[in-house]
Amino acid sequence: MKFRSPLRGPWLTSVLGVVLLAALPLVIVTGLLDYVAYGPGQSIPGDVGLLHLPAFDWPTRPSWLFRLTQGLHVGLGLVLVPVVLAKLWSVIPRLFVWPPAKSIGHALERATLLMLVGGILFEIVTGLMNIQYDYAFGFSFYTAHYIGAWVFLAGFVTHAVLKLPVARRALRTRSLRAELRVPTSAPEPVDDELVATDPAPPTMSRRGALALVGGGALFVATITAGQTLGGPLRDLAVLLPRGRDDFPINRTAAAAAIEPAATGAAWRLALGARALTLADLLQLPQHTARLPIACVEGWSTVQDWTGVRLRDLAALAGVPTPASAFVESLDAGPFGRATLSAGQVLDPDALLALRVNGADLSPDHGYPARVVVPALPGVHCTKWVRSITFREA
Amino acid sequence: MVVLARRVGVSPAQLVLLVACLALAAYAAFFLLGDPALLRMLIWFAGAAVVHDLVLFPLYAAGDRALVAVLPGPRVNYLRVPALGAGLMLLMFWPGIVRQGEVTHLAATGLDQAPYLGRWLAASAVLFGASAVVFGVRVGLRRLRV
Repeated sequence: MKFRSPLRGPWLTSVLGVVLLAALPLVIVTGLLDYVAYGPGQSIPGDVGLLHLPAFDWPTRPSWLFRLTQGLHVGLGLVLVPVVLAKLWSVIPRLFVWPPAKSIGHALERATLLMLVGGILFEIVTGLMNIQYDYAFGFSFYTAHYIGAWVFLAGFVTHAVLKLPVARRALRTRSLRAELRVPTSAPEPVDDELVATDPAPPTMSRRGALALVGGGALFVATITAGQTLGGPLRDLAVLLPRGRDDFPINRTAAAAAIEPAATGAAWRLALGARALTLADLLQLPQHTARLPIACVEGWSTVQDWTGVRLRDLAALAGVPTPASAFVESLDAGPFGRATLSAGQVLDPDALLALRVNGADLSPDHGYPARVVVPALPGVHCTKWVRSITFREA
Repeated sequence: MVVLARRVGVSPAQLVLLVACLALAAYAAFFLLGDPALLRMLIWFAGAAVVHDLVLFPLYAAGDRALVAVLPGPRVNYLRVPALGAGLMLLMFWPGIVRQGEVTHLAATGLDQAPYLGRWLAASAVLFGASAVVFGVRVGLRRLRV
């Protein structure tokens, strides 16, 4: 195979590499934070040994914390796809270098490169499929994406340490500012195997190539950022599930097999020995809070929720300072139950919401009652609640 | 250690780094032992790299060469740029566009995937159209100057 692009060279590769070196740690850390946000005993996969950030109680303030971390994880991950593809394009001649390994050390390095390249592509592919609800891969997304991330992380750190000196040398060979000011397409010096020895006539300057990659990232941002930023941008997220009528959901009442009879007049909230009707709940002091629902799939939405404070329900249940609360849904699915920490129960804006934006919850939004807690991952904001058990300290 | 490193072709520090990297990956993979889907995960992991390097790259490189053959010189970018945009959307949002995962998509969102194909085509048309407008304006300006 003959590589003839006059653009390839260590300088261009290093520019793209530095962008990824700066941005990917943010994607990695926000992903690992998501694992902590799920709370002790609820993170998936369960047993990961030492492979997690130090555990801490996920705070409820600022209320947009999970919206920020998860929005960054998914949003920045999407925006970096064109940069990753460009970086891989820039180094592809190395893949076909013969012999494949010059020494044992070189063979080891190439093995870590498979972790790096396989890892980033695996994380991108599984992540993209997950946010589009496509599970054709047939394994647990959580397990694969999390363990895959650690394999990638190992390859990423190794590659960064090994290549940083090379990149610094390459970046010193020409000034980015000069390159951006004057469009040139003269190839980089032919002292590197990335540089074509017999380049094709140029069709694009290096400045144009950088603009193309940057423009690609900006374009992806334009058609995806709306799913979490909302506002007029939401209408531009045309290729992502962005909800209907009012605001997005992650599980329909039909999918959760919620029978209308179970949420009608016969519905009761089990609170220890008590059983409260919807009318009982509506007679308790109502509190309204403007809070986000932020989903692990990267979308979020801010709404006005009204309902009973969880701490009032805890007091009513005779456990005014609980160590935790166990919430169960009518939904028998895997996310039909969640444990909330003391801080999450006692936050003044933590609600068993009965209304949203002044109207009853719709069936898909969890009628008759759902949990909404500041900064809590959306999947733990349990819908169709049937019982809450406040546990003593 | 130094002798060993010389024999393997990297510095001792680099050798330690490479071994530590492989050890961390092995430790991570250890938590997948016993997972019935382990083989599938490995196939998708290695497959992602193989499909990129041996299918996607040759495909878009050949496409690009074909474009350049038809339209040599910088003018090719008026086709190349929108084509890359359309290709990027197809690649990233493939599941929705080809309606893969329809059942889980419907269960999660209450929406079907029918609109995505049309939206992708429309967005691609906008990219090609914008590129054509830029081309037209530039050609017009050049003629005015002449």
